[in-house]
Order: sequence, then structure tokens, then C-alpha cells
Amino acid sequence: MKFLQALKEAIASLSANKTRSFLTVLGIVIGVGAVIGVLSIGQGAEASIIGQIESIGTNVIYVFRGNRSEDVTNPNRLTTADADALSNRARAPHIINIASVLSGQSRVRFGDESTQTSIMGVAENYAEVTDLKLSEGSFFTESNVTNRSSVVVLGPELAERLTGRRTELVGTTVHINNYPFRVVGSAIAKGGNQFSSPDMDAYIPITAMQLRVQRQSVPNAVDFLLIQAQDSQSIDLAMQEAKAILRASHRLTSRQPDDFTMTNQEDILSIANSITKILTIFLAGIAAISLLVGGIGIMNIMLVSVTERTREIGLRKALGARKFDIQLQFLTESAMLSVFGGLIGIGLGWLLGKVVGIIAANSGTPLVPEISLNSVLLATLFSLAVGLFFGWYPALRAANLEPVEALRYE
Amino acid sequence: MEISPQAAMPVIDVRNLTKDYYLGEIVVPALRGIDLQIFPGEMVAIMGPSGSGKSTLMNMIGCLDSPTSGEYYLDSLLVSDLHDDDLAIVRNQKIGFVFQKYNLLPRIDAIENVALPLRYSENTSSMRQRAEAALQAVGLGDRMRHKPNELSGGQQQRVAIARALVNEPAILLADEPTGNLDSQSGKEIMELLMKLNQQQNTTIVLVTHDPTVATHAQRIVQLFDGLVKTPEAVS
Repeated sequence: MKFLQALKEAIASLSANKTRSFLTVLGIVIGVGAVIGVLSIGQGAEASIIGQIESIGTNVIYVFRGNRSEDVTNPNRLTTADADALSNRARAPHIINIASVLSGQSRVRFGDESTQTSIMGVAENYAEVTDLKLSEGSFFTESNVTNRSSVVVLGPELAERLTGRRTELVGTTVHINNYPFRVVGSAIAKGGNQFSSPDMDAYIPITAMQLRVQRQSVPNAVDFLLIQAQDSQSIDLAMQEAKAILRASHRLTSRQPDDFTMTNQEDILSIANSITKILTIFLAGIAAISLLVGGIGIMNIMLVSVTERTREIGLRKALGARKFDIQLQFLTESAMLSVFGGLIGIGLGWLLGKVVGIIAANSGTPLVPEISLNSVLLATLFSLAVGLFFGWYPALRAANLEPVEALRYE
Repeated sequence: MEISPQAAMPVIDVRNLTKDYYLGEIVVPALRGIDLQIFPGEMVAIMGPSGSGKSTLMNMIGCLDSPTSGEYYLDSLLVSDLHDDDLAIVRNQKIGFVFQKYNLLPRIDAIENVALPLRYSENTSSMRQRAEAALQAVGLGDRMRHKPNELSGGQQQRVAIARALVNEPAILLADEPTGNLDSQSGKEIMELLMKLNQQQNTTIVLVTHDPTVATHAQRIVQLFDGLVKTPEAVS
């Protein structure tokens, strides 16, 4: 009853000074808006990255050169010879497929259109390992790889940018690094399956990559290997087998550490997760500073309001208001200001997320910002806390005014 | 000293009350031992030149401030050593204030202004009806929805009187109630106060420096240099 009354009075008092109330609230609006926006974009990014990683399949192991936890001097480059060694079914019964990848940036040209994009030099079984599906034509064959054939499979976005269409491209010719390549297939849009945007990629035989696009000092060098385990249960066994084979082929003694790094889906997922989480918390923390500034603005205005209404406070005390009544009245006002600002801020943050989502969609990166109920509740409670915290001192000042002096105040 | 015949127990009983103010190191005695009894149904004027301590005495009687020494019984309750929040309850229940400058809240209308003391009281039932009744009693039944700036000075002071009466206090304490009014409105306000005193037996304490206002009282208490000079009776 008392609280309802205080709420009613706070609404009346705040709406008597609409412009001032609005300007005061603006700091909180911007602060909460920024926090909510960052959180929603962060959550969207997380979901999108996880989705991309998961779309590869959960039984794929990545092998990179070098060791990130121990010091290794001159790590051996990974080569197609390593891939061949891993293909030994007798020594690695749980590995069913190996795909070597050598990637790099290059210019792709079709007629007058050209664009810079990433070229994936891959083995013929890459499509199978990464579950890449074609809308027309077929992926290149083992003999294409052996013969260093100048053939290419285009990602749909790349095809569209170059030719204005996504299909009916088989048989046409594109130039990569100024060498003509015959299009043998077009991929179906995947929306992403690695950290890059695969729909913008061009896939060529790894041998052609080595010959025409990216000459390597080590012959047969590759950037990384994709190992497909039998199924997701046998992934640990497959990793053990691969490790033994690679150590042998790199001639490492038992004392030397691995000069390669293996990761699987789970590892990459958890790394990506923690990276996006850290980034989100970091950015939200910066945004929260503006909430602090908004809170100080509320405190400032409440102090002005207490001074302006000294006589009113004196009168209320004369009529029987206790300290608690006065404190409640001013705390209700500051809390209402900040919660109101928080609610508008949630709307602003939602809008911010939407805009970023639209920009991301237009630039080909799938990112759907998500506003969870948790972040909305958190923002509301947090802005309430800001209002109470920064309203406390002005309310206390009001409550402690001496009635005689307050009544005499001009 | 004339004692009202209708009651033996004074509603205001002040005994040897002193109040010192401190200006840095200097002690300024504002009240130097006041003895004063006011009985139910009386209308008493407190007069005195400026600096005589009448504002200080009014603050004491109104429980807005605590004395340095001495005792003050209000309605048989020793209030001189109560603390802030208890004094607030006493003010709410026992005292109705009428100020020189009306002190109405400008944002809210007459009836809400009158109901303001009820918000701080324990009994919050039928607030609206009680505020309406108080406004009817001061002759403003047709101005309930008006805001202070839509009312004349005399009407605003009537709203303030209604607000003072709404909680049925033991005393009505009026500090220069006609000080801001023209003579006609001032006369009307004094007539209203006398009517309340005579018809409803309301105990009224007037603080004023205006002798024509003071003549409406049954008794005048003269203050001089923080002491009661000569209590004299008026017919």
C-alpha cells in the first residue's frame, strides 16, 4: 500500500519534469542498450560459430604443423607423404579417409569480373570428409590430382559474384592466378563449415595448387590434414593411430615432442566457445562503464531535485512523514528512472542486434543475434540496482533534513 | 492566569523549557525557561517582537524541534525527549499546521493536498471521504479538483486549514495565517478559525505579530527575550 502510493507519486513527480527525466534516463538507455546489444551479438556469434564447426561432422580430426604447448625447433612440414602414410589401413584401422589441404589467397577471374578469395588446394576425398555437396557436376577425381589438372569446383557465393549465377557453370573457364581452370562442379551453399566462409571458396586439386597458385619450398607440403575417423566413438583411437604414424614418418625419437598438433571437433568447439565468451564479457564490461556514467547522472539529478524540493520535504515531515517515508519516496523515483531507462535500453539493444544481424547477413556471414530472457532479466535487475545505489545518497540527504530548516528554505 | 473551566488537564503543558542555538562557539539562548499551559478548546495567540523566541516556541510546540532542557507534555504525552521518527508520528496524529505561505504541493489538486497527512498515518482507510469532509468544512466543497495555482490566496489557506484538520489533531498551530493575505481574505480566515474554535471546540494556537489578529484570541501570551512576559486575558 505504502509502496504503491510511493510509485504513484514518483510517476507524478517524474512526469512533471519530462524533459529532465528523459535526459537523465538517456545515460541508462545507452548503457543498457550497449550491454544488451553486445550480449545478443556475442550469443549470435557463438551460435553461428558452433553451427559452422558442427556442420563439418563430429568425426573429423585436424592436424596442423608445430606444437603449441611445447617448444619444437624446426618442426617438419606436413606433406602429402604424411597423408599417404596415414592411409595405411593396416596401421590405422580406425581412419577411413585423409584429405590434405593447402590453402591460400588468390585472384579469381571470369570474363571481366574478378575477386580475391581463398583457394583450397585439396585432395579428391575432401568433399567426402567435409560433406561438401555439389549442385551440378562432380568433384575432381584422383587422376585429376595425380595429373595436376587445372580443374575447379566453385563455391556458390563465389560463382554468383563472378558470373551472376550459381549453376550452369560446368564447362566454363575461370582464371586463378592467371592460369585457366575448367569448372567441373558447383557446390551447394553450406553457410559455413570452417572459420572461413566456404561458399566463397574455390576448390582445386592440391597438386595444381602447388604448381600454379602457391609454390612451396618443400615439395608436397600441405597446410593441414583432415582425418576422418570411422565414427565419433573411435575418434580417440584414430588420434592415437595418427599420432604414432606421424611421429614415425617425421622420425621423432621417443624423447622429442610431437612437431604437429591434432585437434578434433570437441577441442575446437570449446576453444571457439571460450574465445567468444571472453570477447563478449570484455565488450559487455566496456559497455557497462556507460551504465556507471548513467548512474552518476541519476545521482546528480536526484541531488538537484532534493535541493529544489527542500520545502516540500520539510512540509511532508511536518505533516508526519518519517525518515523512511522520505527515503522511500526518493529511492522510488531514482529506481523508476533507471528501470525505465533499462527497459528502453533493452529495446535499443534489440534494435542494435537486429541492425548488426542485417549487416552480417548482407555481407554473407550468417549471424543471428539472440536476446535471451536471462540477459533481459539481468539488464532490468542491474538497472534497478544502479538506480538504488546511486539514489541512496540523495534519498538519505532528503531523509536527514531538519524539518525546521527545510521549511524555512527559500 | 485564567483557566478554561471546561477541562482541568492542559492539552499543552510546557515547563521551564529552554532552547539554545550554537553559532560556532557562541551560545545563543532563544528560550530561557518558558512555562505555558493551554487547555482544550482554547484559542491562544502567541505574540512578541522579532527575536523574542516566538518562532522557536512554535517549533517546540509543533514538535518540529527538540528543546535543550525542560519538559513538554502534549495531550498528556511527554514529547520533549522523543526522537525524530516518534516526533513525526506525534506531528501526524496530534498537530495540524497552518503556515503563512500555505505550503501546498503545486502538482496535486486540493483534495490530494488535504489527504497528504493521511498517507503518513496508520489509518489509511477512506482517505478520500475524510479529505472531502475536511474541504466541505472549510467551505471549499466546489473546489476539490482545483490545483493550488487555480485558487486565490484565501482559498489556498482554506485548503491548508482543511489539511491541518483532516487527521483530527489535538491542536491547530497557525503561524501568521493571514500574513500573506489581503485584509478581506485575512478577515475571512480569522472568522473560519474562530468558527472552528467555537463550534467544534478546536484548540488553536496562533503565532502572530499582528495585534488585530491577536484580538480574536481568548488569551494572548507575550514573549520577550525568550521569556513569557505577562499573560493577559482578553474578553
